[in-house]
Amino acid sequence: MSTNKRNFIESLWDFFCSLKLSISLLIGLALTSIIGTVVPQGNIPPEYLQTISESKFKLYQSLSFFDMYHSWWFMLLLYLLTVNLVACSIKRLPRVWKMVSEPQLVMDENLEKSLALTHEFKISGDAVAKMKDFLATSVSSPVVTEKDGSIHLFAQKMPWCRLGVYVVHLSIIIIFIGALIGSFFGYKAMVNIPEGMAIDTVYAPGDKAVKLDFAVRLEKFSVSYYDTGAPKEFKSILTILEKGQPVKGYENIPIIVNDPLSYKGITFYQSSYGQSGEGSLYHFNVSRRGGAGGAHFDLKKGEQATLNGGATLEVLEATQDVRQFMPEFSGPAAKVMLKMPGKNPESFIVFKNHPEIEEQRKGELVLQYAGADEKLYTGLQVAKDPGVWVVWSGCALMTLGIMMAFFLSHNRIWIRISNGRVVMGGTASKNPAAFESKFEALVEKLKALK
Amino acid sequence: MSSSLLFNATTFLFLISTILFFAFLATKNSSIGLGASLTAFIGWGIETAAIILRWKESYAMGHGHAPLSNLYESVVFFAWTIILIYGFIEMKYKYRVVGAFVLPFALLGMSWAQLGLNSGIEPLVPALQSNWLLYHVITCFLGYAAFAVACGISIMYLIKAKAEGDVSSEVQAGSVIGMFPSIRVLDDLNYKAIMIGFPLLTLGIVTGAAWANYAWGTYWSWDPKETWSLIVWFVYAAFLHARITRGWVGKRAAWLSIIGFAATIFCYLGVNLFLSGLHSYGGGGK
Repeated sequence: MSTNKRNFIESLWDFFCSLKLSISLLIGLALTSIIGTVVPQGNIPPEYLQTISESKFKLYQSLSFFDMYHSWWFMLLLYLLTVNLVACSIKRLPRVWKMVSEPQLVMDENLEKSLALTHEFKISGDAVAKMKDFLATSVSSPVVTEKDGSIHLFAQKMPWCRLGVYVVHLSIIIIFIGALIGSFFGYKAMVNIPEGMAIDTVYAPGDKAVKLDFAVRLEKFSVSYYDTGAPKEFKSILTILEKGQPVKGYENIPIIVNDPLSYKGITFYQSSYGQSGEGSLYHFNVSRRGGAGGAHFDLKKGEQATLNGGATLEVLEATQDVRQFMPEFSGPAAKVMLKMPGKNPESFIVFKNHPEIEEQRKGELVLQYAGADEKLYTGLQVAKDPGVWVVWSGCALMTLGIMMAFFLSHNRIWIRISNGRVVMGGTASKNPAAFESKFEALVEKLKALK
Repeated sequence: MSSSLLFNATTFLFLISTILFFAFLATKNSSIGLGASLTAFIGWGIETAAIILRWKESYAMGHGHAPLSNLYESVVFFAWTIILIYGFIEMKYKYRVVGAFVLPFALLGMSWAQLGLNSGIEPLVPALQSNWLLYHVITCFLGYAAFAVACGISIMYLIKAKAEGDVSSEVQAGSVIGMFPSIRVLDDLNYKAIMIGFPLLTLGIVTGAAWANYAWGTYWSWDPKETWSLIVWFVYAAFLHARITRGWVGKRAAWLSIIGFAATIFCYLGVNLFLSGLHSYGGGGK
């Protein structure tokens, strides 16, 4: 029973240590990741729903295809990969560490036979000191060992580059930790701020309100265009407020796409904009038909203005350019509701650029629309991610580890001197062809020493 | 002298070079091989001048930016990086015949760009106005180019391995295949090309994540382009581990390299053509 148990644990351990598992997991992750690039993630557009049958929809939903990168099975693959690379590292690191920290100082016969590159020649006299200096200048300061009447020299270069693979593995775990910190202690949110207004609450996905301990005021939003008509810059001017007072150094800060503003670990990114109904003023001139002059009125949306004579006027909708709704007209227009005393209310459209339409309307009053001071709002992406620096250090470590693992080579040179016979052997962890010519050059120089 | 004229000259030279490389395969005449390489490198030099000129032209138009902002510019740059990486590998390992399987990629890119794509210089939309654009695009495309070279080498590997299985070595020596390096060398070259590409792709993904974090506050949002770049990374990571696993070297590694490049091309073009996301070339950003 106990042997069975041990066998089971051993085979489980072997399973997690195997490179075949790593390859299968990597290919599995690559294949399953495709699903989420084909099936919409998060908010499913209604057009997509019409293209798939109900049973397919239910199947996809039960498999979490609509949020697959956070599904239990995708997470399981990532966790398995993590366990796999930790297990692989635990299994292999000690051996590699030993090679790095306790190098084999003496080239015995076994080692000599295993080396692809060896060279033997004769010398006369004592050349140990010279060879020591030679290795020190051309490889690294050698370790000298005397054993069984022979003198052994050992020199190596960059033994630590063998740890590169494990640095990469560690970096992946660090990136995962950074991502977890971000998901537990951070959030992503959105907020719209109309010009001149301040907010202290932002909205995370699912309309979850997140209260900030400060406020942000939008002073102004502007868009500029290239002469081709393409947008050039979206700019919000923001001020941070603490207890209603502007914070020094955070007043009138412009933010544009690719240039956000951070305050107390929370960052605001320019994301979108639009027209804000709030605070906009619509200008009208009202006169009696056939009469001269008239009176000026500034209306807010949804607010009734009483005109002289007891009539009331209200703005229902307005646009800066009516062409998109009525291609035969252009310019600003407003849909209003006018109620004359004792009569039914009537609603109609007044055009700034087409006063003749209003002339044709039969009624006691003539309205002139003089346009609006419309306010814009800015849409800001709001993010707090305390894990982001962990992720960046993981990325830096990964780059470093890959460089170590791919481009640096651990080169080792042994020299054994006994009874006027010199044997030199060498090996490199990478690029044997390049090391071979290096080794040959070393041999030539070494022979020239005597 | 306009940049588009120089780009046309580049395309023409890549065509000549491709033809010469095939002639080199057929004749085994080493001076034809040298001519093929030289034509490719002269074409590359002219393309370099064209890219610099286009950069200057954009400044003359009043909205200067590095020529890396739309599909046309990226395809042209891709061809440039392919020749750069190929040149590096040829200089270092001296297997000229590989060019016959790499030049067609560069020629295909240049021809498509010159014949099928809108070459107008457009101003940068707000989402692309960042220095990260330069770092991100350069690292990604150098990586893609190394994978293109690896794919060409893998195709050679499979042809050679199949021929070695089919016919005796005497017959082979007389055919085109006789020019190919041995499968051991091809396997090694494939690995070396991917050793160049993988760190560059990693840097490309990291710079992309850094930029996304700087522009939108999210370093990773599982956008299709991001996901596909990770898929490519997974495939080549599998390749690197396959190299040290028994039963996965040789043919399987060659297939992984080809699949990796297919995924790379889908990541680069397929995502923009078939899927929606944040990387719509020309339309730009958000």
